[in-house]
Amino acid sequence: MKSGASPKGLRGYRRPHPGTQPQYNYPPYVSTQKRCPTQPLVLPPQTLSEITGPVFGYGDVKPTDNDLTRQHKGDPVGERIIVSGRVLDENGKAVPHTLVEIWQADSAGRYRHKTDQHNAPLDPNFSGAGRTLTDAEGRYRFVSIRPGEYPWRNHYNAWRPAHIHFSLFGPAFLTRLVTQMYFPGDPLLPYDPMFCSIENEAARNRLVSLFDWESTIPEQALGYRFDIVLRGREATPMEK
Amino acid sequence: MSLYASANQTVGPYLHIGLNWLVTRNIAGPKAAGERFTIEGRLVDGDGVGVNDGLIEVWQANSHGKYPHPEDLQKKPLESEFRGFGRVPTDAKGAFRFTTIKPGRVPGPGGRLQAPHLVITVFMRGMLKHLATRMYFPDEPANTDDAIMKLVPPSRRGTLVARRKAKSRLEWNVILQGKNETVFFDF
Repeated sequence: MKSGASPKGLRGYRRPHPGTQPQYNYPPYVSTQKRCPTQPLVLPPQTLSEITGPVFGYGDVKPTDNDLTRQHKGDPVGERIIVSGRVLDENGKAVPHTLVEIWQADSAGRYRHKTDQHNAPLDPNFSGAGRTLTDAEGRYRFVSIRPGEYPWRNHYNAWRPAHIHFSLFGPAFLTRLVTQMYFPGDPLLPYDPMFCSIENEAARNRLVSLFDWESTIPEQALGYRFDIVLRGREATPMEK
Repeated sequence: MSLYASANQTVGPYLHIGLNWLVTRNIAGPKAAGERFTIEGRLVDGDGVGVNDGLIEVWQANSHGKYPHPEDLQKKPLESEFRGFGRVPTDAKGAFRFTTIKPGRVPGPGGRLQAPHLVITVFMRGMLKHLATRMYFPDEPANTDDAIMKLVPPSRRGTLVARRKAKSRLEWNVILQGKNETVFFDF
Protein backbone atom coordinates (compact mmCIF):
# COMPACT_ATOMS: atom_id res chain seq x y z
CA MET A 1 0.00 0.00 0.00
CA LYS A 2 1.58 3.28 -1.08
CA SER A 3 -0.32 6.29 0.21
CA GLY A 4 -1.26 5.95 3.85
CA ALA A 5 1.37 3.33 4.54
CA SER A 6 3.63 3.58 7.54
CA PRO A 7 7.34 2.89 6.93
CA LYS A 8 6.81 -0.74 7.97
CA GLY A 9 3.60 -1.14 5.95
CA LEU A 10 0.11 -1.61 7.30
CA ARG A 11 -0.41 -4.60 9.52
CA GLY A 12 -3.63 -6.52 9.19
CA TYR A 13 -5.51 -8.40 11.88
CA ARG A 14 -5.33 -12.13 12.51
CA ARG A 15 -8.19 -14.36 11.44
CA PRO A 16 -10.01 -16.32 14.16
CA HIS A 17 -8.75 -19.73 15.15
CA PRO A 18 -11.22 -22.38 13.85
CA GLY A 19 -13.98 -23.23 16.32
CA THR A 20 -13.42 -20.21 18.55
CA GLN A 21 -16.23 -18.04 17.11
CA PRO A 22 -19.91 -18.99 16.73
CA GLN A 23 -21.46 -19.73 13.32
CA TYR A 24 -24.16 -17.42 11.96
CA ASN A 25 -26.55 -20.34 11.48
CA TYR A 26 -26.74 -22.25 14.74
CA PRO A 27 -30.12 -24.07 14.80
CA PRO A 28 -30.22 -24.73 18.58
CA TYR A 29 -30.53 -20.92 18.92
CA VAL A 30 -33.71 -20.80 16.87
CA SER A 31 -33.72 -17.13 15.82
CA THR A 32 -30.38 -17.51 14.02
CA GLN A 33 -32.09 -19.42 11.23
CA LYS A 34 -34.00 -16.46 9.76
CA ARG A 35 -31.28 -13.97 10.61
CA CYS A 36 -28.17 -15.54 9.09
CA PRO A 37 -26.81 -15.03 5.58
CA THR A 38 -27.46 -18.00 3.28
CA GLN A 39 -24.91 -16.97 0.63
CA PRO A 40 -21.20 -17.46 1.32
CA LEU A 41 -19.45 -14.45 2.85
CA VAL A 42 -16.97 -12.64 0.58
CA LEU A 43 -13.40 -12.65 1.92
CA PRO A 44 -11.72 -9.39 0.89
CA PRO A 45 -8.26 -8.11 1.79
CA GLN A 46 -8.18 -5.77 4.80
CA THR A 47 -7.79 -2.13 3.80
CA LEU A 48 -7.32 1.20 5.56
CA SER A 49 -11.12 1.26 6.04
CA GLU A 50 -11.04 -1.84 8.24
CA ILE A 51 -7.80 -1.36 10.16
CA THR A 52 -9.04 2.02 11.37
CA GLY A 53 -12.12 2.61 13.53
CA PRO A 54 -13.79 5.17 15.77
CA VAL A 55 -11.73 6.69 18.57
CA PHE A 56 -13.37 7.47 21.91
CA GLY A 57 -11.91 9.40 24.80
CA TYR A 58 -12.42 10.63 28.33
CA GLY A 59 -14.90 13.20 27.03
CA ASP A 60 -17.30 10.37 26.16
CA VAL A 61 -17.67 8.85 29.62
CA LYS A 62 -18.10 10.28 33.11
CA PRO A 63 -15.94 8.81 35.89
CA THR A 64 -19.11 7.52 37.63
CA ASP A 65 -20.50 5.76 34.54
CA ASN A 66 -18.85 2.52 35.67
CA ASP A 67 -20.91 2.25 38.89
CA LEU A 68 -24.34 0.75 38.19
CA THR A 69 -25.28 0.77 41.88
CA ARG A 70 -25.37 4.57 42.17
CA GLN A 71 -27.62 5.68 39.35
CA HIS A 72 -30.77 6.13 41.48
CA LYS A 73 -31.79 7.47 44.88
CA GLY A 74 -31.80 4.08 46.57
CA ASP A 75 -29.55 1.04 46.43
CA PRO A 76 -30.45 -1.68 43.93
CA VAL A 77 -31.51 -5.03 45.38
CA GLY A 78 -29.07 -7.88 45.03
CA GLU A 79 -25.56 -9.06 45.62
CA ARG A 80 -23.03 -6.27 44.94
CA ILE A 81 -20.21 -7.28 42.61
CA ILE A 82 -17.00 -5.81 41.24
CA VAL A 83 -16.32 -6.86 37.65
CA SER A 84 -12.82 -6.04 36.52
CA GLY A 85 -10.17 -7.28 34.16
CA ARG A 86 -7.89 -6.39 31.31
CA VAL A 87 -8.49 -5.95 27.62
CA LEU A 88 -5.68 -7.59 25.67
CA ASP A 89 -5.09 -8.54 22.05
CA GLU A 90 -4.22 -12.02 20.78
CA ASN A 91 -0.54 -11.18 21.16
CA GLY A 92 -1.05 -10.48 24.86
CA LYS A 93 -0.63 -6.74 24.41
CA ALA A 94 -2.83 -4.40 26.48
CA VAL A 95 -5.51 -2.43 24.62
CA PRO A 96 -5.42 0.99 26.31
CA HIS A 97 -8.09 3.73 26.37
CA THR A 98 -10.76 1.71 24.61
CA LEU A 99 -14.48 2.05 25.24
CA VAL A 100 -16.21 -0.74 27.18
CA GLU A 101 -20.03 -0.69 27.38
CA ILE A 102 -22.09 -3.10 29.49
CA TRP A 103 -25.78 -3.86 30.06
CA GLN A 104 -27.57 -6.44 32.16
CA ALA A 105 -30.74 -7.59 33.94
CA ASP A 106 -31.48 -6.67 37.55
CA SER A 107 -31.09 -9.18 40.38
CA ALA A 108 -34.51 -10.71 39.65
CA GLY A 109 -33.61 -11.31 36.02
CA ARG A 110 -35.60 -8.40 34.63
CA TYR A 111 -34.41 -5.83 32.09
CA ARG A 112 -35.57 -2.24 32.15
CA HIS A 113 -36.87 -2.53 28.60
CA LYS A 114 -40.36 -2.22 27.13
CA THR A 115 -40.21 -5.61 25.43
CA ASP A 116 -39.19 -7.56 28.57
CA GLN A 117 -42.47 -9.13 29.73
CA HIS A 118 -41.00 -11.48 32.35
CA ASN A 119 -43.19 -11.22 35.47
CA ALA A 120 -40.29 -10.82 37.89
CA PRO A 121 -40.19 -7.53 39.86
CA LEU A 122 -38.42 -4.61 38.20
CA ASP A 123 -35.94 -2.91 40.52
CA PRO A 124 -36.72 0.84 40.50
CA ASN A 125 -33.15 1.56 41.62
CA PHE A 126 -31.38 -0.20 38.77
CA SER A 127 -31.03 0.81 35.12
CA GLY A 128 -28.51 -1.84 34.14
CA ALA A 129 -26.15 0.08 31.86
CA GLY A 130 -22.58 1.26 32.36
CA ARG A 131 -19.51 2.28 30.43
CA THR A 132 -15.87 3.08 30.95
CA LEU A 133 -12.53 3.43 29.17
CA THR A 134 -9.65 1.05 29.80
CA ASP A 135 -6.58 2.64 31.39
CA ALA A 136 -3.07 2.73 29.92
CA GLU A 137 -2.55 -0.95 30.86
CA GLY A 138 -5.91 -2.06 29.40
CA ARG A 139 -7.61 -2.39 32.81
CA TYR A 140 -11.29 -1.67 33.42
CA ARG A 141 -13.58 -1.95 36.44
CA PHE A 142 -17.36 -1.89 37.01
CA VAL A 143 -19.43 -1.92 40.21
CA SER A 144 -22.81 -3.62 39.79
CA ILE A 145 -25.13 -6.25 41.22
CA ARG A 146 -25.20 -9.89 40.18
CA PRO A 147 -27.81 -10.24 37.41
CA GLY A 148 -30.54 -12.85 37.78
CA GLU A 149 -31.20 -15.74 35.44
CA TYR A 150 -34.37 -15.42 33.37
CA PRO A 151 -36.59 -17.53 31.11
CA TRP A 152 -36.78 -17.15 27.35
CA ARG A 153 -38.79 -18.89 24.68
CA ASN A 154 -36.11 -20.56 22.57
CA HIS A 155 -37.12 -24.08 23.66
CA TYR A 156 -39.11 -25.78 26.44
CA ASN A 157 -38.06 -24.57 29.91
CA ALA A 158 -35.28 -22.39 28.50
CA TRP A 159 -33.40 -20.16 30.97
CA ARG A 160 -30.51 -17.86 30.25
CA PRO A 161 -27.58 -18.24 32.63
CA ALA A 162 -26.69 -15.07 34.55
CA HIS A 163 -24.72 -12.81 32.20
CA ILE A 164 -23.54 -9.28 31.52
CA HIS A 165 -23.43 -8.00 27.93
CA PHE A 166 -20.11 -6.40 26.92
CA SER A 167 -19.43 -4.20 23.87
CA LEU A 168 -15.87 -3.18 22.90
CA PHE A 169 -14.33 -1.31 19.99
CA GLY A 170 -10.57 -1.79 20.22
CA PRO A 171 -8.32 0.08 17.79
CA ALA A 172 -10.02 -0.91 14.50
CA PHE A 173 -13.27 -1.76 12.76
CA LEU A 174 -11.91 -5.33 12.76
CA THR A 175 -11.53 -5.49 16.55
CA ARG A 176 -15.20 -4.74 17.28
CA LEU A 177 -16.54 -7.26 19.79
CA VAL A 178 -19.91 -7.77 21.44
CA THR A 179 -19.94 -10.63 23.90
CA GLN A 180 -21.39 -11.82 27.20
CA MET A 181 -19.70 -12.50 30.53
CA TYR A 182 -20.94 -15.51 32.48
CA PHE A 183 -20.44 -16.52 36.13
CA PRO A 184 -18.36 -19.47 37.35
CA GLY A 185 -20.23 -22.63 38.28
CA ASP A 186 -23.52 -21.53 36.73
CA PRO A 187 -25.52 -24.77 36.29
CA LEU A 188 -27.40 -23.32 33.30
CA LEU A 189 -24.31 -22.95 31.11
CA PRO A 190 -24.39 -26.43 29.50
CA TYR A 191 -28.06 -25.87 28.55
CA ASP A 192 -27.51 -22.44 26.98
CA PRO A 193 -27.37 -22.44 23.16
CA MET A 194 -25.57 -19.09 23.03
CA PHE A 195 -22.76 -20.29 25.27
CA CYS A 196 -22.68 -23.70 23.56
CA SER A 197 -22.48 -22.11 20.09
CA ILE A 198 -18.74 -21.76 20.70
CA GLU A 199 -17.30 -25.13 19.69
CA ASN A 200 -13.84 -24.81 21.22
CA GLU A 201 -13.98 -25.50 24.96
CA ALA A 202 -11.15 -23.14 25.89
CA ALA A 203 -12.73 -20.33 23.88
CA ARG A 204 -16.09 -21.05 25.52
CA ASN A 205 -14.60 -20.92 28.97
CA ARG A 206 -12.90 -17.61 28.19
CA LEU A 207 -16.39 -16.08 28.55
CA VAL A 208 -16.77 -17.41 32.12
CA SER A 209 -15.47 -14.95 34.71
CA LEU A 210 -13.44 -16.11 37.71
CA PHE A 211 -14.18 -15.37 41.33
CA ASP A 212 -11.44 -12.95 42.36
CA TRP A 213 -10.58 -12.71 46.02
CA GLU A 214 -8.18 -9.83 45.44
CA SER A 215 -10.79 -7.46 43.98
CA THR A 216 -13.40 -8.56 46.54
CA ILE A 217 -14.09 -5.74 48.98
CA PRO A 218 -14.51 -6.94 52.58
CA GLU A 219 -18.09 -6.61 53.84
CA GLN A 220 -19.06 -4.89 50.59
CA ALA A 221 -18.84 -6.73 47.26
CA LEU A 222 -17.64 -9.95 45.61
CA GLY A 223 -15.03 -9.60 42.89
CA TYR A 224 -15.16 -11.29 39.49
CA ARG A 225 -12.33 -11.15 37.00
CA PHE A 226 -13.10 -11.09 33.29
CA ASP A 227 -10.27 -10.62 30.81
CA ILE A 228 -11.24 -9.88 27.22
CA VAL A 229 -9.12 -10.66 24.17
CA LEU A 230 -9.56 -8.71 20.93
CA ARG A 231 -8.15 -9.66 17.53
CA GLY A 232 -4.41 -9.00 17.33
CA ARG A 233 -2.10 -7.87 14.54
CA GLU A 234 -0.52 -10.18 12.01
CA ALA A 235 3.24 -10.59 12.44
CA THR A 236 3.98 -9.34 8.92
CA PRO A 237 2.66 -6.34 6.97
CA MET A 238 -0.26 -6.88 4.56
CA GLU A 239 1.65 -5.63 1.51
CA LYS A 240 5.04 -4.23 0.66
CA MET B 1 2.17 -15.22 22.99
CA SER B 2 -1.00 -16.31 21.28
CA LEU B 3 -4.40 -16.09 22.94
CA TYR B 4 -7.77 -17.01 21.47
CA ALA B 5 -9.79 -13.87 20.79
CA SER B 6 -12.92 -13.73 22.93
CA ALA B 7 -15.95 -15.20 21.18
CA ASN B 8 -18.77 -12.94 20.05
CA GLN B 9 -22.24 -13.38 21.52
CA THR B 10 -25.51 -11.82 20.43
CA VAL B 11 -26.53 -8.32 21.54
CA GLY B 12 -29.90 -9.88 22.44
CA PRO B 13 -33.26 -8.09 22.42
CA TYR B 14 -32.37 -5.52 25.10
CA LEU B 15 -29.33 -3.98 23.37
CA HIS B 16 -30.83 -0.49 23.59
CA ILE B 17 -30.25 -0.40 27.37
CA GLY B 18 -26.50 -0.39 26.93
CA LEU B 19 -26.00 1.09 23.50
CA ASN B 20 -28.56 3.87 22.95
CA TRP B 21 -26.54 6.54 24.80
CA LEU B 22 -24.26 6.70 21.75
CA VAL B 23 -26.93 6.79 19.04
CA THR B 24 -25.56 9.04 16.30
CA ARG B 25 -27.88 9.73 13.38
CA ASN B 26 -26.08 12.83 12.14
CA ILE B 27 -22.70 11.32 11.44
CA ALA B 28 -20.90 14.28 9.88
CA GLY B 29 -22.04 17.00 12.29
CA PRO B 30 -22.83 20.55 11.19
CA LYS B 31 -19.39 21.71 10.05
CA ALA B 32 -17.97 18.90 7.94
CA ALA B 33 -17.31 19.62 4.27
CA GLY B 34 -18.83 17.44 1.57
CA GLU B 35 -21.99 16.48 -0.23
CA ARG B 36 -24.75 15.70 2.27
CA PHE B 37 -27.12 12.77 2.06
CA THR B 38 -29.95 11.26 4.05
CA ILE B 39 -29.73 7.47 3.91
CA GLU B 40 -32.87 5.46 4.62
CA GLY B 41 -33.40 1.75 4.59
CA ARG B 42 -34.75 -1.32 6.26
CA LEU B 43 -33.18 -4.31 7.93
CA VAL B 44 -35.17 -7.35 6.76
CA ASP B 45 -35.06 -10.97 8.01
CA GLY B 46 -35.55 -14.26 6.16
CA ASP B 47 -39.35 -14.01 6.40
CA GLY B 48 -39.27 -10.58 4.76
CA VAL B 49 -40.14 -8.98 8.10
CA GLY B 50 -38.44 -5.81 9.31
CA VAL B 51 -36.02 -6.44 12.20
CA ASN B 52 -37.35 -4.21 14.98
CA ASP B 53 -34.52 -4.91 17.41
CA GLY B 54 -31.51 -4.37 15.17
CA LEU B 55 -28.70 -1.82 15.13
CA ILE B 56 -26.25 -0.70 12.50
CA GLU B 57 -22.94 1.04 13.03
CA VAL B 58 -21.23 3.14 10.37
CA TRP B 59 -17.55 4.00 9.94
CA GLN B 60 -16.40 6.34 7.21
CA ALA B 61 -13.72 8.73 6.03
CA ASN B 62 -14.32 12.49 5.71
CA SER B 63 -14.92 14.11 2.33
CA HIS B 64 -11.16 14.39 1.79
CA GLY B 65 -10.75 10.62 2.09
CA LYS B 66 -9.10 10.76 5.52
CA TYR B 67 -10.01 8.67 8.56
CA PRO B 68 -9.77 10.36 11.98
CA HIS B 69 -7.53 7.57 13.25
CA PRO B 70 -3.83 7.49 14.21
CA GLU B 71 -3.01 4.83 11.60
CA ASP B 72 -4.26 6.91 8.68
CA LEU B 73 -0.99 8.64 7.80
CA GLN B 74 -2.20 10.23 4.56
CA LYS B 75 -1.42 13.92 4.15
CA LYS B 76 -5.06 14.94 3.85
CA PRO B 77 -7.03 17.37 6.06
CA LEU B 78 -8.70 16.21 9.26
CA GLU B 79 -11.82 17.97 10.54
CA SER B 80 -11.82 18.42 14.29
CA GLU B 81 -15.52 17.63 14.84
CA PHE B 82 -15.69 14.74 12.41
CA ARG B 83 -15.56 11.37 14.18
CA GLY B 84 -16.79 9.28 11.25
CA PHE B 85 -18.94 7.06 13.47
CA GLY B 86 -22.66 6.43 13.43
CA ARG B 87 -24.88 4.16 15.52
CA VAL B 88 -28.49 3.78 14.42
CA PRO B 89 -31.07 1.41 15.93
CA THR B 90 -33.95 0.18 13.77
CA ASP B 91 -37.51 1.27 14.55
CA ALA B 92 -40.65 -0.88 15.05
CA LYS B 93 -40.78 -1.60 11.31
CA GLY B 94 -37.09 -2.38 10.94
CA ALA B 95 -36.31 0.98 9.34
CA PHE B 96 -33.20 3.08 9.94
CA ARG B 97 -32.28 6.58 8.83
CA PHE B 98 -29.15 8.69 9.14
CA THR B 99 -27.50 11.67 7.52
CA THR B 100 -23.88 12.04 6.54
CA ILE B 101 -21.49 13.31 3.88
CA LYS B 102 -20.16 11.31 0.98
CA PRO B 103 -16.66 10.21 1.98
CA GLY B 104 -13.64 10.81 -0.24
CA ARG B 105 -11.66 7.96 -1.76
CA VAL B 106 -9.23 6.06 0.46
CA PRO B 107 -6.39 3.76 -0.61
CA GLY B 108 -7.06 0.07 -1.09
CA PRO B 109 -4.98 -2.92 -2.19
CA GLY B 110 -1.86 -1.94 -4.14
CA GLY B 111 -2.35 1.71 -3.16
CA ARG B 112 -5.14 2.09 -5.72
CA LEU B 113 -8.01 4.26 -4.54
CA GLN B 114 -11.26 2.61 -3.48
CA ALA B 115 -14.66 3.97 -4.49
CA PRO B 116 -16.35 6.09 -1.78
CA HIS B 117 -17.98 3.76 0.72
CA LEU B 118 -19.38 3.43 4.21
CA VAL B 119 -18.23 0.50 6.32
CA ILE B 120 -21.26 -1.04 8.06
CA THR B 121 -21.67 -3.40 11.01
CA VAL B 122 -25.03 -5.09 11.68
CA PHE B 123 -26.14 -6.30 15.12
CA MET B 124 -29.33 -8.01 16.27
CA ARG B 125 -30.90 -10.68 18.43
CA GLY B 126 -30.51 -14.00 16.61
CA MET B 127 -27.08 -13.02 15.33
CA LEU B 128 -24.29 -14.56 17.41
CA LYS B 129 -21.62 -12.46 15.69
CA HIS B 130 -22.14 -9.12 13.95
CA LEU B 131 -22.10 -8.97 10.16
CA ALA B 132 -19.92 -6.63 8.09
CA THR B 133 -20.93 -5.04 4.82
CA ARG B 134 -20.38 -1.83 2.83
CA MET B 135 -22.58 0.81 1.27
CA TYR B 136 -21.42 2.41 -1.99
CA PHE B 137 -22.90 5.49 -3.67
CA PRO B 138 -25.03 5.58 -6.84
CA ASP B 139 -23.86 7.24 -10.08
CA GLU B 140 -20.26 6.82 -9.01
CA PRO B 141 -17.94 5.83 -11.86
CA ALA B 142 -15.28 4.55 -9.42
CA ASN B 143 -17.58 1.71 -8.28
CA THR B 144 -16.72 -0.47 -11.28
CA ASP B 145 -12.98 -0.32 -10.52
CA ASP B 146 -13.26 -0.83 -6.78
CA ALA B 147 -11.04 -3.71 -5.66
CA ILE B 148 -13.46 -4.97 -3.01
CA MET B 149 -16.51 -4.65 -5.27
CA LYS B 150 -14.70 -6.69 -7.93
CA LEU B 151 -14.50 -9.65 -5.54
CA VAL B 152 -18.30 -9.78 -5.37
CA PRO B 153 -20.18 -11.85 -7.99
CA PRO B 154 -21.50 -9.33 -10.56
CA SER B 155 -25.13 -10.34 -10.00
CA ARG B 156 -24.87 -9.42 -6.30
CA ARG B 157 -22.92 -6.13 -6.54
CA GLY B 158 -26.12 -4.10 -6.70
CA THR B 159 -26.93 -5.01 -3.09
CA LEU B 160 -24.00 -2.84 -1.97
CA VAL B 161 -25.02 0.28 -3.90
CA ALA B 162 -27.63 2.70 -2.55
CA ARG B 163 -30.47 3.86 -4.84
CA ARG B 164 -31.13 7.54 -5.40
CA LYS B 165 -34.63 8.53 -4.24
CA ALA B 166 -34.10 12.26 -4.64
CA LYS B 167 -31.11 14.56 -5.11
CA SER B 168 -29.82 14.10 -1.59
CA ARG B 169 -31.87 11.13 -0.44
CA LEU B 170 -30.61 7.58 -0.83
CA GLU B 171 -32.19 4.22 -0.07
CA TRP B 172 -30.14 1.23 0.98
CA ASN B 173 -31.59 -1.93 2.53
CA VAL B 174 -29.95 -4.75 4.42
CA ILE B 175 -31.61 -8.01 3.35
CA LEU B 176 -30.49 -10.99 5.42
CA GLN B 177 -31.78 -13.80 3.19
CA GLY B 178 -33.46 -14.45 -0.12
CA LYS B 179 -33.37 -13.16 -3.66
CA ASN B 180 -31.69 -9.83 -2.96
CA GLU B 181 -29.60 -11.02 -0.03
CA THR B 182 -27.05 -8.34 0.86
CA VAL B 183 -23.41 -9.21 0.37
CA PHE B 184 -21.62 -9.64 3.69
CA PHE B 185 -17.86 -9.72 4.17
CA ASP B 186 -15.56 -11.75 6.33
CA PHE B 187 -12.50 -9.52 6.75
